[in-house]
Amino acid sequence: MTYVKPSFRHPDLPKNDLGFTKKDYEGAISTLCGGCGHDSISGSITQACFEMSIAPHRLAKLSGIGCSSKTPTYFLGNSHGFNSVHGRMPSVATGANLANRDLIYMGVSGDGDTASIGMGQFVHAVRRNLNVVYIVMNNGCYGLTKGQDSATADVGSISKNGMNQFQAIDLPALALELGASFVARSFSGDKNQLIPLIKAAISHHGFALIDVISPCVTFNNNTGSTKAYDYVREHITTADVVDYVPPGEEITMDYPEGTSADLTLHDGSMLQLTKLAPNWDPRDKLAAMQRIYMSRAKQEILTGLLYIDPNTQDLHDLIGTVATPLNELLEEDLCPGSATLEEINRGLR
Amino acid sequence: MRPTDITDPEYFHKVVDCQYACPAHTPVPEYIRLIAAERYTEAYMVNWESNVFPGVLGRTCDRPCEPACRRGRVDEEPVAICRLKRVAADNKGDVQAWLPEIPLIKNGKKIALIGGGPASLTVARDLAPQGYEIHLFDEQIAGGGMMRSQIPSFRLPESVLNEEVNFVLNMGIHTHFKTYVSSLREVLNQGYDAVFIGTGAPKGRDLNIPGREEGKANIHIGIEWLASVAFEHTAKIGKKVIVLGGGNTAMDCCRTSRRLGGDEVKVVVRSPFAEMKASPWEKEDAQHEDIPILDNHVPKEFVVENGRLVGMRFEKVQAVYDEKGKRSLVPTGEPLVYIEADDVLIAIGQENTFPWIERDLGLEFDNWGMPVVSRKTFQSTLDQVFFGGDAAFGPENVITAVAHGHHAAVSIDLYCQGKDVQVRPSPLTNLVSQKMGIHEWTYDSIVVNDDRYKVPHAEKQKTLRDRKVEVELGFAKDTGFKEAQRCLNCDAQTVFYTNRCIECDACVDICPTSCITFTDNGEEDDLRTRLNAPALNLSQDLYVSDLLPQTKRVMVKDEDVCLHCGLCAERCPTAAWDMQKFLYSTSKASNVCGVLQL
Repeated sequence: MTYVKPSFRHPDLPKNDLGFTKKDYEGAISTLCGGCGHDSISGSITQACFEMSIAPHRLAKLSGIGCSSKTPTYFLGNSHGFNSVHGRMPSVATGANLANRDLIYMGVSGDGDTASIGMGQFVHAVRRNLNVVYIVMNNGCYGLTKGQDSATADVGSISKNGMNQFQAIDLPALALELGASFVARSFSGDKNQLIPLIKAAISHHGFALIDVISPCVTFNNNTGSTKAYDYVREHITTADVVDYVPPGEEITMDYPEGTSADLTLHDGSMLQLTKLAPNWDPRDKLAAMQRIYMSRAKQEILTGLLYIDPNTQDLHDLIGTVATPLNELLEEDLCPGSATLEEINRGLR
Repeated sequence: MRPTDITDPEYFHKVVDCQYACPAHTPVPEYIRLIAAERYTEAYMVNWESNVFPGVLGRTCDRPCEPACRRGRVDEEPVAICRLKRVAADNKGDVQAWLPEIPLIKNGKKIALIGGGPASLTVARDLAPQGYEIHLFDEQIAGGGMMRSQIPSFRLPESVLNEEVNFVLNMGIHTHFKTYVSSLREVLNQGYDAVFIGTGAPKGRDLNIPGREEGKANIHIGIEWLASVAFEHTAKIGKKVIVLGGGNTAMDCCRTSRRLGGDEVKVVVRSPFAEMKASPWEKEDAQHEDIPILDNHVPKEFVVENGRLVGMRFEKVQAVYDEKGKRSLVPTGEPLVYIEADDVLIAIGQENTFPWIERDLGLEFDNWGMPVVSRKTFQSTLDQVFFGGDAAFGPENVITAVAHGHHAAVSIDLYCQGKDVQVRPSPLTNLVSQKMGIHEWTYDSIVVNDDRYKVPHAEKQKTLRDRKVEVELGFAKDTGFKEAQRCLNCDAQTVFYTNRCIECDACVDICPTSCITFTDNGEEDDLRTRLNAPALNLSQDLYVSDLLPQTKRVMVKDEDVCLHCGLCAERCPTAAWDMQKFLYSTSKASNVCGVLQL
C-alpha cells in the first residue's frame, strides 16, 4: 500500500486568481477504501475551493466521527481543521462561527454522524440558520463499523447485513421542515453537478445542506442496495442544472426564455438554474416538498438545488451580533470602563 | 475517438519513451530495475542482447533516450540512463555462461563483413550463433572501427573496448585485419552468400581557405589525427592549438590536444554556442579542462610565416534568423580576429567515400555519391549486398550503427534462407500483471524526489597528464542504486478493463498528475481540450476506453506525464486498472541469450 502521493504534478496545471494550483488545495493521501464515494466528494470540495480562489487560511473544516469525518484530512491541507466528538460537529461549528464570523465553515458529516448520534445537534444548527456548509456523505451504512444499516438506509434496501425494515430519514425533507435556507442533494459520482452546488453553498449566507449520496464500495455497493453506484445512476433524476457564476462575472450561458432562472446570492455571485421540469421554482418551499415526496414515491433519487432562500438571515443577523468577529474584540472594546458605565447608569435613572 | 487498441505492440512501445527513442530499442526500465536489485550481470546481458556494447555505450553513447525520458517532463532532469548502463558494465560478473553457443557444424553459408566497426560486429554477433561462417575485413590492426580510432582512451579505456569486441570475435569470426578491401568486385567473386558493408564515414572534411597548402605540415584532419593518436603514431602537439568545429569530434580533438602538450587549446566554431552539434556534456567537459570555446567565428585564412603556420584569422559573425527560422551568419563588420597557433585540427564534419566499390556492379548510387539502400531491409540494389552504420546513410552514432546491424542481420538471414527480406519477423512482446497483493507491485512504484546524481570525475591534474586515464569514474554502487530509483518504470503499463469499471472516480481523484478523465467521447482535438489537465503534448497518445457500462462516457488517459506510480490501480476497487509489465524486444536474427525471458 502506498501511503505517499508523489509530489510531481502536471506541469501545465492551471492557476487560480491567487496564483495557486489545485495542489495547494489537496490534503494527505486518503486511507479510505479505494472507490469510496467520499474521496470523490473530497475531490469536488478541492476543485470548488480552487476554482473559487478561496485563500486556504480563510476556511475551517469541521467534522465528527466516521468515514466521512476522516475526509477533512484528505482535502484542503492548508486550511484550519477541527475533528470533533461523534455527532457534535454542529456545536463546534456554532462556537467557531460565533467567535469568528469571517471564516468560511465547511462542516463534513456522515449519515450516522448526522441522522443518528448527531441528530439533536443537526436539527438545531438548521433552525438557527448557522452560516455553514453542511455536507452529508450519505452511504446508508455505518462503514467504519462494518456496514450496519444507518438511519438513512431506505426501506427494503439490502446490505451485506440483510434487508432494512425501518423508515429512512430523508435529510433534505427534514431540513426543509426545520426552515433550512439552502437544501440540495447530489451524488458523489457526478462532479459536474456537485462542484457548482458546493460553490453555491459556500456563497450562500446561512445554513446550506448538501446531502450527497456516496456509495460504500466495501459494504453497500451490492445488488439490492439503493445506495450502490449502478442503482443510483439508474434512479437519479435532476430537478435543475446549476451554473455558478462568481461575483463580478457576466452570465455567458444563454437559455431559451422560461427554462432558466437567475438568482443573486448574498456575496454577489449568481446562480443560473436550468429548470428541467415546468412550473419549478427552487424558491418555492411547498413545491420543493411536493417534488421530494413525489420522487420518493416513484423511487427516484431527486438531485440538484431543491430549495433556496437567497435573502435569508443567518444566526448573527438574528441575534444581532456586532460586525467585528468576537475573537477580535479586545478588553477595552468589551469593558469600556467605569466612566462609560456611569454614563449608562445615568441614562437609566 | 476509437478505443485504443492495446493489442498493437506499438502502442505500449511508444509509452516507454526511452526504449522507443533508442535506435536499438534497448529495454531500459528492465535493466535499470536489475541494477537496483544488484543483478548487474543480468542487467548487462539485457543490454548486451540489445546493443552489443554496453560498456562502450555506457561511456560514449549519444543518449537519445535521455531527452525522451518521461522524468524530464515532470522533473528538472531525466534519469542518467547512459551512466546507469555503465554501472551494469562495471559491476558485472562472469558473463561467459550467458553468451550464446556457437554451433560447431556450420550452416554452409558464408558472409563477408567489410569494416570492423559497431555495425559489422553486430551483424557478426547476430549471425554467428546461427552457424554462419563469417569473415571480417578491416584495414586497422584490431576490431572496433571508429570506437577504437576516434574515441579517445580518456573517454573509453581500451580494455573496455577490447572486452566487448572480443565477445563477438571469439564467436569464431574469421578476422582479416590490416587488410584494406580495394575492390567489391573481388569480394563478390569469392563466393560469399552475402556481403555486409559497414565501412563508416571515413573521410574528414577539409577546409580550403588561403594558407591551407602552405601550412599543411601543422594542419591536420581531426579524425585522422585522432586515429593516429589512438594507434600511437602521434604523441605530441604544439603548445598553441586551434580546433575548428563544434561537434563531438572537435571536443575529442581539443581534449586530446590538452593531453599531448597543448597548453593553450581553443575551440573555434562558426555557429552560436547553443547551436553547436556537440552534446552538452561534452562541451562541459571540454570547458572544465580550461578550453575556451569561441563561437560566431568564421575561419578566413591560415597565417603562415617563413613556411610555418603561426595562426589563423577569423571573421566575427552573428546569427540572423528569417521568418522561417532559417539561420544565416552575418558578418558584424568588426576587424578580423587573429589567434596564434602552432597546430590546427579541422573537425568540421565527416563524409562517406566508396572509391573501392566499382560503379558497374549493379549497385546504384544516388546523386550525392551514397549507395541506394532500403531503410527497412538495409539491402542495396545488388541483392546480396547490405549496408549499415555510417556507410548506409551518412554519419550517425554507435547506437544507430548497432540498430542497423540488427536489421541487416535479419535481412541477411532471410536472404540466405531464400525468404522475402521485406517480410520482417514480429518483435517479441509480453504483457504481464505486476500485482503481488492487494496493494503491492513487483516494482518500486513509489516515486522518489531525488535530483539527478552527478558522475564523479578523476582529478584534472591526473587526467591531463596521461591520455589513457579515464576522466569519468562512473557511479559507485550506492549512487547507482539511488539514480536507478529515479526511473519511473514506464514499462509498467496502466491497463484499463472497461467492463470492470464502476465509475467511482477513485483513479481520477488520486492521480497526482491529473492524467485520467471520464467524459463524453469526441474527436481527439476536442477531447484534448476537455481533460482534467490540458493535453498539449501532441507527441503523446491518449488512451481511450470503450463506452463505459453505466454512463456511456469513456475513460481518457493522457499518457504524457503519467508517473506509472500505480495509484490508480491501487485505489481501483474492481481492478479495472492493472499495472502490467510490457516487454518489447526487437526481432533479431538470433535470440542470443534469452535474458529477457528471465
